[in-house]
Amino acid sequence: MTVMGVTQILIYLAALVALAKPLGAYMARVYEGSPLWLEKAFGPIERLIYRLSGIDPRAEMAWRTYAAAMLLFNLAGMAVLYLLLRMQGRLPLNPQHMGAMRPDTAFNIAASFSTNTNWQNYSGEASLSYLTQMAGLTVHNFLSAATGMAILAALIRGLKRRLCATVGNFWFDLVRGTLYILLPLSLAFALFLVSQGVVQTFRPYARAALVEGGQPQTIALGPAASQIAIKQLGTNGGGFFNANSAHPFENPTPLSNFFEVLAILVISAALCHTLGEMVGDARQGWALLAAMMIVFVGLLAVCLWAEQAGNPRLAALGVDPRALEAEGGDPLWTQAGGNMEGKETRFGIANSVLWATATTAASNGSVNSMHDSYTPLGGLIPMLMMQLGEVIFGGVGSGLYGMLLFVIVTVFLAGLMVGRTPEYLGKKIGAYEMKMASLGILVPALLVLGGTALGVMNASALAGRANPGAHGLSEILYAFSSMANNNGSAFAGLDANRPFYNLLGGMAMLIGRYWVAIPTLAIAGSLARKRTVPQGPGTLPTHGPLFVCLLIAVVLIVGALTFLPALALGPIVEQLRMMGG
Amino acid sequence: MWQELKTQLKPALAMLAWMTLLLGIGYPLLMTGLAQALFHRQANGSLMREGERIIGSELIGQPFVGDGYFWGRPSATSPTPYNAAASTGSNLGPTNPALTEAVEKRIAALRAAEAGAASPVPVDLATASASGLDPDITPAAALYQAPRVARARGLSEEAVRRLIQDHGKPRTLGLFGEPRVNVLELNLALDKLAAGK
Repeated sequence: MTVMGVTQILIYLAALVALAKPLGAYMARVYEGSPLWLEKAFGPIERLIYRLSGIDPRAEMAWRTYAAAMLLFNLAGMAVLYLLLRMQGRLPLNPQHMGAMRPDTAFNIAASFSTNTNWQNYSGEASLSYLTQMAGLTVHNFLSAATGMAILAALIRGLKRRLCATVGNFWFDLVRGTLYILLPLSLAFALFLVSQGVVQTFRPYARAALVEGGQPQTIALGPAASQIAIKQLGTNGGGFFNANSAHPFENPTPLSNFFEVLAILVISAALCHTLGEMVGDARQGWALLAAMMIVFVGLLAVCLWAEQAGNPRLAALGVDPRALEAEGGDPLWTQAGGNMEGKETRFGIANSVLWATATTAASNGSVNSMHDSYTPLGGLIPMLMMQLGEVIFGGVGSGLYGMLLFVIVTVFLAGLMVGRTPEYLGKKIGAYEMKMASLGILVPALLVLGGTALGVMNASALAGRANPGAHGLSEILYAFSSMANNNGSAFAGLDANRPFYNLLGGMAMLIGRYWVAIPTLAIAGSLARKRTVPQGPGTLPTHGPLFVCLLIAVVLIVGALTFLPALALGPIVEQLRMMGG
Repeated sequence: MWQELKTQLKPALAMLAWMTLLLGIGYPLLMTGLAQALFHRQANGSLMREGERIIGSELIGQPFVGDGYFWGRPSATSPTPYNAAASTGSNLGPTNPALTEAVEKRIAALRAAEAGAASPVPVDLATASASGLDPDITPAAALYQAPRVARARGLSEEAVRRLIQDHGKPRTLGLFGEPRVNVLELNLALDKLAAGK
């Protein structure tokens, strides 16, 4: 760990916490329907969309109606994206003449982008037309994010309302989340990214005569900035180019990197404060943010240590892995050192590791370094982050509602210990809520381990591995951890564009998304109908350090109990072999 | 449940259509217009030209193999290194024998070119970048190659060293990112220096 590296990480954490309060308070106003300054600009568009779609945004919905609207909207979007991918060869804005995607590939992409996963079994610059990137993927980057935030808004209303049969209006939440949060932030962010060198053009790929001669270089271009802004903000993560945010046209400078990695977590972190604002007790939000932050910083430190230590096998060959800062007083003897395989020079170790941890803590999944080439222990951290269920920040909306499922389990456990009925924010937690929360927590875990087990028994799945031995198992385990938890990053050596991964993975993404979302809405509906009980001497306060510790323990114990055996066979055994020489 | 699905079907389809128009067509078009007007060069790939001819992008690395040029990061793109139409890293795992072999070969090539003889090789010079298009190397990696480049160009090591110093980029605001040298810019400056010698 270098001084400059740690300094950059501390600045990052400070910026994240500083933004949580103002952005969180603003988002609370968006979902409460309070007047907003931005309504001057976007109000007419908002009203026009409601009118053209025949929607009364103030019509309250019971949770089943809310869920039906959400599911239908997502299903329709998925179907349209599938058709777009199949027909892109015959549609305009296709200067490189990209052809149709295979049916199994197209199904996987459609499932991936409509579930906010953005797992990519294709290479953007080699297979997608500009129209598909814009009208297909960019749209889903917005809508899947807005969907996650809407479900969270419904759950918060469920916590807050008393004796009420409804949880809000899905269309109202969807449109306001898009128009007043995601779109304005994306507009500003995209323009900033272009100023740094991210491309935004409809021109065909450029051809450059190389300085040293030989074959000219074809340089892929496209309308990238508009998509990258929302792919970071909406915890989507699907790269415009194959190398994602490691590609210099997606992430050209240290400044673009700082703001892109900030964008990964900023909305998810701020939503904790939105919860606190909306339930009228800011401490509740800060407690959840504190729990997330503690797990994040702890795992980040492990990853940073592992990657900065580097690969002893390469050091033995004569590589210098030390971090040098003007060694011997010579300013030119400077390098980040560490494990630089699959990392970019401008980011070095600290910025690569910070990104890897943030992108898997959130269900973003964009990468600025190649996780497959991390040291075994360094690569274990992103994998574990996903396996914890994407609740350490997590996806926008989905991260916090996932964390609230863990909160329900935590108050239930605490209630068992002291023999009281569990409560959260004045609502009694009953058997129904516990059942739904357990479903939401256990189903993704089952998909990860079940999918991996099927993978290691399938010849085609095994043939997709790029690395031998324990690392090959890690590739398959990482793939299902990523898809079932809607993350989208990969140990990208795995050749996943095979019917096995496309079909099983596509199903895992759909089940992992909606089998958590629907129980969450069911809980919202059930809590909204309940009365609030006054706090008594037996009430466990859910804003203090004791609760934060309990919550962290529950998240880690569930994650560790479920995945430790699998991790032992993958990254842990590989780390031991690497250290052993 | 069926009743709910029926009542929400029409709004769902209409909403999808209008949102697609707004977010999939309107937003990217607006951004392209703004980007082209305000940041024309960056929006089109930060291309470098020599007269009318495009000679590369300042953000995208190029392959260099001659002794008289600084070499960039190893690139794992196929079929050729630095293929800017197919970005990728090697994705080789840390204990994969293929990684050890590749690094061994690179070190042998660097040492055979007598660049810095037997001293340890800066790690970025022996390992493949994430994008396969990394435009930069560390200052240490540039300095390591200075003796070879100076000899091949008939320049003094001191002159080459000054060139590296002039083209080195420090951390942004002294804080963000890592110090680095853009290989394409450095080599173009080297050509210029050698031509004016």
